[in-house]
Amino acid sequence: MTLLAGRPAVAAAGAHGEEEHGPSGILKWITSTDHKVIGKSYLITSFLFFCAAGLMAVIMRTQLASPDATVVSQHAYNELFTMHGSLMLYLFAGPFAFGGLANYIVPLQVGAPDMAFPRLNALSYWLYLSGGLIMLGGFLTVGGAADFGWVAYAPLSNAVNSPGAGPDMWIVALVLTGFSAIFTGVNLVATIFYLRAPGLTMFRLPIFTWNMLVTAILILIAFPVLTAALVMLWADRHLGTHIFEVAGGGVPVLWQNLFWFFGHPEVYILALPYFGVVTEIIPVFSRKPTFGYRGMIFATISIAALSTSVWAHHMFTTGVVLLPFFSLMSYLIAVPTGIKFFNWIGTMWRGSVRYDTPMLFATGFLIVFLFGGVTGIFLASPPIDFATHDTYFVVAHFHEVLFGSAVFAGFAGIYYWYPKITGRMLNEKLGKTSFWLMFIGFWVTFIPQYLLGLHGMPRRIAEYSASTGWTTLNRVSTGGAYILFLSVAVMLVNFWVAWRKPVPAIGNPWDGHTLEWATTSPPPSHNFYALPPVRSERPVWDLNHPNHPTISHEDKKQVSEKELAGVIAGSDKGEDR
Amino acid sequence: MKDEGRLLLVIAVFGAIIATVYWFTGYEDGGTVMLVGTSLLGLMPASYYLWWSRQMKPRPEDDPNASPAEGSGVIGAFPHSSIWPFVFGLGAAMVGLALVFGVWTAIFGIVLGITAVLGIISESRRGGNI
Repeated sequence: MTLLAGRPAVAAAGAHGEEEHGPSGILKWITSTDHKVIGKSYLITSFLFFCAAGLMAVIMRTQLASPDATVVSQHAYNELFTMHGSLMLYLFAGPFAFGGLANYIVPLQVGAPDMAFPRLNALSYWLYLSGGLIMLGGFLTVGGAADFGWVAYAPLSNAVNSPGAGPDMWIVALVLTGFSAIFTGVNLVATIFYLRAPGLTMFRLPIFTWNMLVTAILILIAFPVLTAALVMLWADRHLGTHIFEVAGGGVPVLWQNLFWFFGHPEVYILALPYFGVVTEIIPVFSRKPTFGYRGMIFATISIAALSTSVWAHHMFTTGVVLLPFFSLMSYLIAVPTGIKFFNWIGTMWRGSVRYDTPMLFATGFLIVFLFGGVTGIFLASPPIDFATHDTYFVVAHFHEVLFGSAVFAGFAGIYYWYPKITGRMLNEKLGKTSFWLMFIGFWVTFIPQYLLGLHGMPRRIAEYSASTGWTTLNRVSTGGAYILFLSVAVMLVNFWVAWRKPVPAIGNPWDGHTLEWATTSPPPSHNFYALPPVRSERPVWDLNHPNHPTISHEDKKQVSEKELAGVIAGSDKGEDR
Repeated sequence: MKDEGRLLLVIAVFGAIIATVYWFTGYEDGGTVMLVGTSLLGLMPASYYLWWSRQMKPRPEDDPNASPAEGSGVIGAFPHSSIWPFVFGLGAAMVGLALVFGVWTAIFGIVLGITAVLGIISESRRGGNI
């Protein structure tokens, strides 16, 4: 049914207590336009895609564990690494963040009853699901799934080199999920611009919401380029055009330009939301406001802006790109990222840090992402890139960056918001076990891959001979992959335990700071019974700790240094916990 | 409204600067076109928001001292449930599959899509249920 929703006045409890009299069961899932149901659908679906892609990774690592192995054929191996990359990047890391977490959390954090366009939101999910199923459906076709890598470089991806229905299904799937991402982007921007709670000015928004806003704008910049490029690729394959074919006067490297103009912002579309997750978790578990709030926002915006002008650092070895320009711009990204690291550490500095599972995963993210970021700076230098391009050094680098953000920070987000989303707590012991397995497994998997890259092992090869001397390092890496597999299994056990033996969660189990913790767990229909007044970037903290309010940026200018020192010292000592 | 407009303006200005620099150093058409597009993507909504922010009073969400009561009341129509997004998504997927398996699935897809669009329009008009 269609209903008009508004915000409750100060204490109008029960104003939205009306019971849900819509359909139930599978029909409820299909017809719901509630951002919470859609967000949960996104989270579950993308997690299933993550598990599928993880299994593919385990099969690939098994193949590489010994030289000249024949666990899978070379053709199957090509399909596996293509689909592993495509599932992880297009169907897990992005949709998990901007479809799942953002969909569920952003309306709560801005104090809105729903996303701005609920039916468009539902359409996004159905396009995403159908796109994902079509991509996986490629495995059922005669020629198998797409096997040209997740980047689909021309001319490998043309009709002669990659015939069959599988590659076409891959293209169609990406067009569908691309539109889904664009719609979600529009929805997020409109929600954040128009549905904020009274008093919640732009510079009081939680950093997670800020990062989602910037991510949404990046989606609007990047995804249309991908869709256009895919339409051109399809036209080359079926309509006889020669856009990417040398034979007809086309330019194969144009595909790389178009793809990476999408692809590099895409990397930040995958990273920025997870930066946001970590920036929510660290202040809460350090019991301090975010250090350098405005600096964080500045860093987010500049990372996003710079990411639109670094695309060709993936193409240094093509020989037709402007090396100094792209190298310089890539180096520049290290500056705002460094600001973020400085602020994260500044937030933890002298806080009362509590290492619950979300905080553990967030700290794990800091370490892992730092290593990935530093090797990224290596790769931004053309001489080093020429030597390591398309080796396992690059593979280890981007896994460290993307696994660090999407998995470490993503799992931190799961553990942090699971009580809010389900009304149940996850088991801390199992969570910590899962973290340590993942943290150890991660290094065991990827440090050998750096070394393999430096020894010259190229990526995307299904077999190598024993005379190369790569066997030992590959074995170690495969062992690490099995540990990672185990850690995700422990996580699944944790979900199962929470499902079978529920431990109920209160509205605000972590003593959180932002508006999503002002409502019940899980939130009622249209989210809020009453909104607290918003006077700083952490309204719920101000509500629960009236003696130690956050000093807003506006007031900070007026408070003298001395008073400020007094208030901060008071909040350090006076709080009992 | 002002901060929103300024954020988009940052993208417009940055895109314009980089596009200019890239054009005069890179001599590459594709990238320049995309950077100009990025700049326009920021410029169009930014000018709209900045223009509106001069026409209207600050909203409660732009006022740092607003109380929750100021924002109470109806803020929009939020449907509880609707079957049409699902139908439209199914239609779009079938049109997509037509690009792989031939035109026949597109016929079903287009029918589903038109039905869904009509359904959404009438649903919004009626303000009724699905």
